[in-house]
Amino acid sequence: MSEPLLVTIIGGYLGAGKTTMVNHLLRTANGRKLAIMVNEFGALPIDADLIEAQGDDLISIAGGCVCCSFGSDLSAALIELGSLPVRPDQVVIECSGVAIPSAIAASVTLLDGFTPDGTVVLVDAETIRESAENEYIGDTITRQLADADLVVMNKADLVSAMELTALEAWLQEIAPRAKTLSAEHGKAPLDLVLGLGSAPILSQQSGHADGLFDSIALPCPRALEGAALAAKLTDPALNITRAKGFFDPAPSGTRKALHIVGRRWEITEAPQNAPLGIVCIGLKGQFDGDLIRESASETL
Amino acid sequence: MSAAMKTTVYCAKKIVTMNPQKPEASHVAIREGRILAVGSLEEIATWGEYELDERFADKVLFPGLIEGHAHTMEGTLWRYVYCGYFDRMDPHGKTWSGNKSIDAVLEALKIAEAKLEDPDAPLTGWQLDPIYLENKPVTRAQLDSVSASRPIGVLNASGHILYANTRALELAGLMKSGVNHPGIPLGSDGMPTGELKGPDAMTPVGAHVGMNRSMTDADERGLRDFARLCVRTGVTTVTDLAARLEPDSVEMMLRVTGEASFPACVVPLRIFLGLAPNELIPEVARLKKLSTDRLSLGRIKLVADGSIQGYSARLRWPGYHNGAPNGLWYCSPEQMQEIYELALEEGIQVHTHTNGDQATQLAIERLEVALKKHPAHDHRFVLQHCQLADRAQFTRMAALGMSVNLFANHQFYWGEEHYNLTVGPDRALRMNAARTALDCGVPLAVHSDAPITPLGPLFTAWCAVNRLTRSGRVQGEYEKITINEALWAITMGAAHSLHMDGLVGSIEVGKRADFAVLDSDPRLAKPEELKDIKVWGTVQGGRIFAAADV
Repeated sequence: MSEPLLVTIIGGYLGAGKTTMVNHLLRTANGRKLAIMVNEFGALPIDADLIEAQGDDLISIAGGCVCCSFGSDLSAALIELGSLPVRPDQVVIECSGVAIPSAIAASVTLLDGFTPDGTVVLVDAETIRESAENEYIGDTITRQLADADLVVMNKADLVSAMELTALEAWLQEIAPRAKTLSAEHGKAPLDLVLGLGSAPILSQQSGHADGLFDSIALPCPRALEGAALAAKLTDPALNITRAKGFFDPAPSGTRKALHIVGRRWEITEAPQNAPLGIVCIGLKGQFDGDLIRESASETL
Repeated sequence: MSAAMKTTVYCAKKIVTMNPQKPEASHVAIREGRILAVGSLEEIATWGEYELDERFADKVLFPGLIEGHAHTMEGTLWRYVYCGYFDRMDPHGKTWSGNKSIDAVLEALKIAEAKLEDPDAPLTGWQLDPIYLENKPVTRAQLDSVSASRPIGVLNASGHILYANTRALELAGLMKSGVNHPGIPLGSDGMPTGELKGPDAMTPVGAHVGMNRSMTDADERGLRDFARLCVRTGVTTVTDLAARLEPDSVEMMLRVTGEASFPACVVPLRIFLGLAPNELIPEVARLKKLSTDRLSLGRIKLVADGSIQGYSARLRWPGYHNGAPNGLWYCSPEQMQEIYELALEEGIQVHTHTNGDQATQLAIERLEVALKKHPAHDHRFVLQHCQLADRAQFTRMAALGMSVNLFANHQFYWGEEHYNLTVGPDRALRMNAARTALDCGVPLAVHSDAPITPLGPLFTAWCAVNRLTRSGRVQGEYEKITINEALWAITMGAAHSLHMDGLVGSIEVGKRADFAVLDSDPRLAKPEELKDIKVWGTVQGGRIFAAADV
């Protein structure tokens, strides 16, 4: 059985930098074929130099990526995407500024062949606290954040270190489930935002070069209880932002994939030849590989 | 004299013009589809040769009625099984009895099911509203009793909930445990109950029960059937308030409305979704130029929030009476403002759906800002529904040159729910505050939002005049308006809201020869009988359409 198509949902209010980040992801896709879904083509969402061809409903992008608009009918657009000649490796939905990400994630779960793989919410580090107080859209913004598995504090260059710390403390209250990371100009590491792709191997990870994150691989030679392992790896003390890999379930069953983003995890079917082992990544300085190995050891 | 110059004079029992300069007349002359003269035969004869037609001698001619907020998809829905609670007339004039119990609904479905020859064909119903049936959701087990082997789907009256049987859920791949979606409740067996709430939950099943994604745009047969309903209800100009207006659909509407026998002028508004503001406005300006006498294009429909009874409208403090969290925005304040500014600049009219009073407030504030940047002296931006606006908001709307089209029918169909659940006894009084709108000088129209409630401007006027809930209680005595005010709202008021008041809305020289042909003068009806006035048919652009013949 083939693995379902993973769908990452990118939310956040207008001006948070969603489109900029999406373009950054496309630039750093490094061979991963991303399908970007946007509400509308509008003020062109994709940087001109990335575009290979533009049709009415689809933009072809360098490196085998595509961008489609979905208007008011996301489900129909996803089904259409599934019928494209080249299957994308991963789907990224860029929500409208007022969309509630959990509602979109719930819709994705209804479609055969698609699995939500994390909700990433961007905030404008400079203005988010004020926007969250706005009489009209404040509650929409806090609802968006409550759904987040990962919050990207974008435009971090516009605020001081102290303001960023205060923002993180505030996010602990508003987005209790979420991991946070800061970014400038939407430049967040692909592997943190979108996960590790369909075949996680350590050498692929671009963020290492920038010194932004650390990772480890946990070997899984024996059949194991996926839920027990997931419970360990989602312990907030381990500071794992994302994890992805394959295992054989105990006591029996076909090979499975484990996806972790922040505190959320999911187990799906996997190709039977998928390589065994789980890759975990987290932000440099917060991430302790030895601690993770030790915690997970009894479940492996 | 050429045929086009031919003048036909109709005499009538009475002609009620809605033109205060000459409120009544006995004769009206038509030339080239327009009104040449209104008055006595002697006055009209001064225009020269004419042919006298006496077919309306025992009828009352009234300006063609204008429905300022409806959806042509009602025409399509009538191909499905009517499952509503209230009696309702179909495009062919048959009145279907309301289904007063869930058993009656199932019986109606069984009768339709027995007529289907293809054993796999889906069975589709519409307008079911469990609110009236002990407020219990309909289950797949109930629908399975109609047929376990063919897919069945029944639309809720709101259009936002679908009830499916087991077979339909199976075909959609939803007949499994572990479904985790707020719009899909699960039974004690862990399986979906059959209730599917919201478009995202409905879409995967809709395709298997005969509903496709373009259902909001009427298809060709649906448009023709909708026009039949217009004739039966005296409507000569009708809006289609949220059309996607894709090329195929525009082409079809141009072709069908262009046929010599098509009996109404259709006014479709382009829904804002799917295009960014800087693309939307040029697209609508392009569409505007395609307009014909019977297809008037070039207006935008913006949706700010959801519905009050669905708890998705945006309310100001103190919010929902039953404590439900505030509703949803369907556009951002920034997007609203950008659309307003670009539209004002281009001279394109915007109709904004606002149900809750916070959505209304936002629209008022954003238009005020946009108008400072792009002064437009006769923009007539309309708030559609605007059900909870208070006096302060109507005052500001008047100052900004806005119009309103209130959902008068709501008080009758859901007034009890608003009193008990959604907004509570106080604010229920001010819902659809027609009196206050007129007090404040806001140009007023009232609407049915067909298919949500039945098309029928005389019924809608009755709602605004009487403000009765379905249990017979007056809700908001002060907000009642007079019969004459209500009749103005369904003619000149609606015409004004579409910038068409120079063209239609009254029986007046130079205007299109659009009449509702009635049995009696609605101005003289008892308030409680306004809805019962019989409609013989219409005259549209000088062409005669008898309800009995369409």
